[in-house]
Amino acid sequence: MQPGISKKRRAYILLMRILMWLSVALTAGLVLFLVTYVMAKGLPEISWNLLTTKPSYLSGNIGILPDILNTVYIIIAALIFVIPLGAGAAVYLNEYARNKKLVAVIEYAAETLSGIPSIIYGLVGMLFFCSFLDMQTSLLAGALTLVIMNLPTVLRTTQESLKTVPQSYREGAFGLGAGKWRVIRTVVLPGCVDGIITGCILSVGRILGESAALLFTAGFAHAVHGFFEGLNSAGATLTVALYVYAKEQGEFGVAFAIAAILMVLTLLIQLAAMLVGRYFKKRRDL
Amino acid sequence: MRSKFDEQLSTLNRELITMGALCENAIAKSAKALAERDLALARSVPDLSVQIDEKERQIEGLCLKLLLQQQPVATDLRVISAALKMVTDMERIGDNSGDIAEIITVAELTAADETEDISAMARAVIKMVTDSLDAFVAQDVAAAQAVIAYDDVVDGYFSKVKRLLIQRVRSAETDAEQALDLLMIVKYLERIGDHAVNIAKWVVFSITGDREVAP
Amino acid sequence: MSDIITVKDLCLWYGSAQALKDININIPEHAITALIGPSGCGKSTFLKTLNRMNDLIPGVKITGEVRYAGQDIFAPGVDVNMLRKDIGMVFQKPNPFPMSVYDNIAYGPRTHGIKGKAKLDDIVERSLRDAAIWDEIKDRLKKNALGLSGGQQQRLCIARALAVEPQVLLMDEPTSALDPISTGKIEELASALKEKYTIVIVTHNMQQAVRISDQTAFFLLGELVEYGDTETIFSVPVDKRTEDYITGRFG
Repeated sequence: MQPGISKKRRAYILLMRILMWLSVALTAGLVLFLVTYVMAKGLPEISWNLLTTKPSYLSGNIGILPDILNTVYIIIAALIFVIPLGAGAAVYLNEYARNKKLVAVIEYAAETLSGIPSIIYGLVGMLFFCSFLDMQTSLLAGALTLVIMNLPTVLRTTQESLKTVPQSYREGAFGLGAGKWRVIRTVVLPGCVDGIITGCILSVGRILGESAALLFTAGFAHAVHGFFEGLNSAGATLTVALYVYAKEQGEFGVAFAIAAILMVLTLLIQLAAMLVGRYFKKRRDL
Repeated sequence: MRSKFDEQLSTLNRELITMGALCENAIAKSAKALAERDLALARSVPDLSVQIDEKERQIEGLCLKLLLQQQPVATDLRVISAALKMVTDMERIGDNSGDIAEIITVAELTAADETEDISAMARAVIKMVTDSLDAFVAQDVAAAQAVIAYDDVVDGYFSKVKRLLIQRVRSAETDAEQALDLLMIVKYLERIGDHAVNIAKWVVFSITGDREVAP
Repeated sequence: MSDIITVKDLCLWYGSAQALKDININIPEHAITALIGPSGCGKSTFLKTLNRMNDLIPGVKITGEVRYAGQDIFAPGVDVNMLRKDIGMVFQKPNPFPMSVYDNIAYGPRTHGIKGKAKLDDIVERSLRDAAIWDEIKDRLKKNALGLSGGQQQRLCIARALAVEPQVLLMDEPTSALDPISTGKIEELASALKEKYTIVIVTHNMQQAVRISDQTAFFLLGELVEYGDTETIFSVPVDKRTEDYITGRFG
C-alpha cells in the first residue's frame, strides 16, 4: 500500500475495485451461461440427418438442409449487391465528393439507417420489393432488404478504412501523373481491402442473426433449390427457421440445435474478422 | 537563439581591440625610442611582438572555432573571415615595429632634424591602426574609407623624409649609413600604414561584402 | 542557362487566407534552386503550385502565371497528369507504395502506358542506378518496399520519380526525416542529378542549401523576399530580413 493515502480514500478505492470486478464477473458469467446453456441444449440435438435432409410432413422427418442453403444463398446474394454499392459509395464520398455538407448529410443518413429497427426494414422491403416490384416473397426480396440494412455498415467500415490509407500514398501517385481513378484502383483500394472485408464479415454476422426483416420478405419455405431458383422462391434462413420451429411447431430441440449452429458460426465469424484484421495490420506495418 | 554566438562575436571584437592596442603600443614605443635615443625602450619592443604573435594565434583559434561551431553566413561569415585576414596584417605591424626597434638598437643613431617628421609619421600610422579597428568595431564604412585615404598623408611623410635624407647625404651633413638606417625606419612605418589600409579594406568587406576593395 | 519555369505575379489563397503574394521568379534548368524560409512562409505551397499538386486541396484560388517550358500550366486544356509526369515530386516523408520495390518503380511507367517486361526491367534498373541505390537493393526487387530503411525508401522514391523521365524534380524537404548519412547520400545524389534534371528543393537546413544549391530563394510570410546566387545570398544578402533569417536572428 502506498503511504500518504488516507483511510477514506483507500476504502473508496477498494470499493470501486470490488464493483468493477463484480460487473466484469456478471458480464462474463452471463455470456458463459448463455453459451453453455445453448450448447448443452443444442449440441446433442445435432445429427447428420438433421443437417443433410429436408423436412417432410409425411415422414415426420425434420432436417434443416434447406435452411442452411437458404442462409448461404441469401448471404451471397446480399454481398453481391452490398459490396459494390457500399464500397462504391464510400469511395465516392471519401475521394470524389467536394461538397462537404452533402457528405455530412449522407453520413448522417447512413448513421440513422443503421439505428432503425430491422422490422421496419422488413415492412418496407415487403411493400417495396415484394409488392411494388412484384418479386413476391422470395430470397431475392429478402437479400435486397438485407442489402439496404447492411449498406451503412459496409459504407462506414470502408470509409473508415479509406481514411487510414495515408494521404502520402495518394500524393505519391498523383505526383507521378496518375489519374484519379488509377490512383484509387491501384493504391487506395488495395490499401483498404481489410476495411471492406471487415464490413463484409460484420454484414454476414448481421445477416445470420437477422429474422424480423426476413419474416416479411423471404418467407418460411423449407424447399431445397439451386442458387438462382432459390432466389426466386420463398425460403427460411436458419434464424427464421429457429423462430418457426420454436414458436409455430414447438420443436425446441431443433430450435436449440439451430441456435448452437448459429452460435458457432457467429464465433467463427468473429474469429475470422479478428484474423483478417490482424493479417492486414501485419502487412501494413511491414 | 544565438546569444552564445553573439557573446563569442563580442569576444572576438574585444580580442581584436586588444591586439590593436598592442600594435599601437609597439609602434609608439619604437617611435619614442627613436626620438629619445632610448635603447632600453627599444629592447622592450620585441617582447610586444611576441605578445602580438600570441594574440594572433589566439584570435585565429577563436575564428576557426566560430567557423566550425556556428557555420556562419552573411555578415557573420564576412566579419569572421575579415578578422582572420586582419590579424595577419596586425601581426606584420608588430613585426615591422620590432624591425624598427632592432635598427635603433643596432645602429648608432645621432640626433637629427628628421626625427620630428618621423615622430609625426609614427603618430599618423598609429592613428590609422586605431581608426581602422574602431571602424571594424563600429562597422563604419566611412571611417574605414577615411583610413584608406589617410595613407596619402603617411606616404607624404615618407617622401618628405626621403627627400630630406637625400639632401643631407648630398651636403654631407649626415653619413650615408645613418641615412639608410633612417630610410629603413620610415619605410617600415610606411609599410605599417599599408597594413592599416589592408585592415580598413577588410573592414569595408566585412560590411559591404565587396571584395573589389579588399587587398 | 535558360529558364525552364517562369513565374509571374503568382498569388495563392487558401479560402480567404493569402498564402503567396505576387511571386516572380525564374528557375534555370540544370541547376538546383533552393527555397528557404521559416515554417508557414509559403515555400512548400509554392513548390506544390509548380506541378499543380495544390489542385488536390479544396478551396485553393490561384492568380498569376506559371509557365513551364513556355506553356502556361493553368491554361484550360493542360493535361495535369502530363504536367506531373514532366515535373516530378519527392516528398518530405518517404512514401513508397505498399508493394514491391519493382512495382513501385514501374508504377509511373505503367501509368503512362508502358508495358512489356523487358522494357520495364530496363526502366527499373536505369532509375535505380540513377538514384544510386541499384547496388544496394538489386537483390530485393521483389521485396516489399516498406521493408527498406528510411534513407533507402527516400532514394527509392527519387528513383520512382525518375522512372517517368521528368524534366524537373520538386523536392519537399527530402532529408528532414533522415539521418545524416542518408542525408549526405541524397544531397550527393541531387548534385549528380542536376546534369540531367532541374531540381527545386525546399529545405529547412541552411547548410544544405549552401552545399547543394546554385540559386536560393528566401520566402517570408508568403512573399519572395530575395532570390539570387546561393553564394551571394549566404555571403552578402541584400535584404535585412534575409540576413536576419539566415544568421538565426529571427523571432
